[in-house]
Amino acid sequence: MLIARGITKRFGAVQALAGLDLAIEAGEFFALLGGSGSGKSTLLRVLAGFEAPDAGVLTLDGQDLLAMPPWARPINMMFQSYALLPHMNVAENIAYGLKRAGVATEERRRRIAEALELVGLPGMESRKPQQLSGGQKQRVALARSLVMRPRLLLLDEPMAALDAGLRERTGLELRALQRKTGAAFVMVTHDQQEALALADRIAVLESGRVAQIGPPQEVYARPATRFVARFLGAANVLEGRMCGDVFEGAEAGVAIASGLPGETIAIALRAEHIRLISADQPHCVRGVVEDAAFRGDDWLLIIRLPGGARLRVAHGDVPPAPGDTVALAWEAASVVPLFA
Amino acid sequence: MRRGFLLAPLWLWLLLFVAAPVAVLAVMALATPSDGVPPFTLGLRFAAFAMLVEDGYYVEALFSALRLAATTAGLCLLIAYPMALGMAGVRPRWRLPLLAMLMLPFWSGFLLRIGAWIGLLRDEGLINRLLRGFGITEAPLPLLYTEGAMLVGMVHAYLPFAVLPLFTALVRLDPALLEAAADLGARPARVFFSVTLPLTLPAAAAGFLLVFIPAAGEFVIPELLGPPEAQVIGRVLWQEFFQSRDWPLAAALGLALLALLILPMRWFQKLEAEQ
Repeated sequence: MLIARGITKRFGAVQALAGLDLAIEAGEFFALLGGSGSGKSTLLRVLAGFEAPDAGVLTLDGQDLLAMPPWARPINMMFQSYALLPHMNVAENIAYGLKRAGVATEERRRRIAEALELVGLPGMESRKPQQLSGGQKQRVALARSLVMRPRLLLLDEPMAALDAGLRERTGLELRALQRKTGAAFVMVTHDQQEALALADRIAVLESGRVAQIGPPQEVYARPATRFVARFLGAANVLEGRMCGDVFEGAEAGVAIASGLPGETIAIALRAEHIRLISADQPHCVRGVVEDAAFRGDDWLLIIRLPGGARLRVAHGDVPPAPGDTVALAWEAASVVPLFA
Repeated sequence: MRRGFLLAPLWLWLLLFVAAPVAVLAVMALATPSDGVPPFTLGLRFAAFAMLVEDGYYVEALFSALRLAATTAGLCLLIAYPMALGMAGVRPRWRLPLLAMLMLPFWSGFLLRIGAWIGLLRDEGLINRLLRGFGITEAPLPLLYTEGAMLVGMVHAYLPFAVLPLFTALVRLDPALLEAAADLGARPARVFFSVTLPLTLPAAAAGFLLVFIPAAGEFVIPELLGPPEAQVIGRVLWQEFFQSRDWPLAAALGLALLALLILPMRWFQKLEAEQ
């Protein structure tokens, strides 16, 4: 539905978007995930029309979006600050877009009530934004966008301004709303949990480009680059080289896995996939426990390998004491080869 | 206690520069004019106030002053909005230079600037010489000593007072609000009238009053640039004080003007409180 090709945007010396390609399907919940400076917010502003890219093509169902000013695009956006108009009440805020679209008064009233019902705030028409809680403001902002029945809704860090306790529930409600309305949602977030939990597909952005794109489970299980592996779930990344079909860790100084493709330049290994085994087994990787931290569900161990590399290991039981030497093992299947 | 102590300088200031002069004016307004020095003898006589009400000349002077002040303030706002929008719209590092340029005229003398307008507008002035030089007119156009010349001078003198509050309000306006309006389908003009204007209305009111209040008492500009029939209150006050030497009447006029100006200030306070 939405196709972006070669989108480039530079602010002075900062390259915000560097030839970014992206395709978003109708009706999917899509997350743009990235750290600060990854270009995710700039991309959203380019989609909404608030920034014009220096180069690139942007189409929605074949229509050239770049030729359209923001007010003409069949796209709506929910702002991080919600941007509710403070001099209008809830109904007037939601009516604002409908009026611009020339919807008649009766129809408008009906759709406002419907939209408030949808976000779970029926009867709130005459409240002023200042009288609403953060969560309520977020829902009104959502209602204001959804009442326009956009094919594509942009959400800029929709949960960032909410209390932590409210975030999880709001996220699930957001996904339920997305399913109900059938609109494509494009959500910008820096919170990987949020992206993994809610999105049908996620794109991890790095320095203005898409580093990897795919369903959350796939991107999480098979990160394609060192950056994605570290960014999503903070996987261990071990540099090394292939000797025949055996990957030798450069810093670990031992064979780590076999049967990986020849172009492998590093591997990713998640903390939860590493086991501690009894140290007397031959041909295993040994390391020294440097630190242990209790995380509630389990312990996080930092284990230093002979070459100096440090591995994060999730450990369920009472951990060995710092200074102890331990042996480590993992399934061959949990080793992810990285090519970039 | 502590609060009262901190506010003491303010109360002293109000007493010395507001309450005391008003009291002097009130005593003077109730006195009888005489030929001595000062030209009045103390008393309790309401003839000066009665004169203000009965003589249409003074009522007319009051209203023409309010008309002139309102026209000036209105014109200032019309010019100030685009100026302030422009200044708030540029990159932050350009704002200070623009602000400095706005304030630059204050570094030259007020009378000097009025004099410059006289130089431009008089029969042998630059504008008329150019018009004749290009053969557009044959006789000099009467530009000076007109309503137009007076308004030009007033707007020129008071414009920055209208721009400053608007500029401050526009800089503070959350750009996301304007983007949200555009996102919902509003074109730029609609965004201005439905979002920018209502949200900067208190600043516009402040700008209006900052121009209106001093402009209502203005007498130099009508005197030097305006037509003889522009008998605004400031000019009449000046004449009563220095030409007719009827200080009680002049004092009564001053009090009447003050009383009239309290109304818009109350209105402004109400507006502020609502925000």
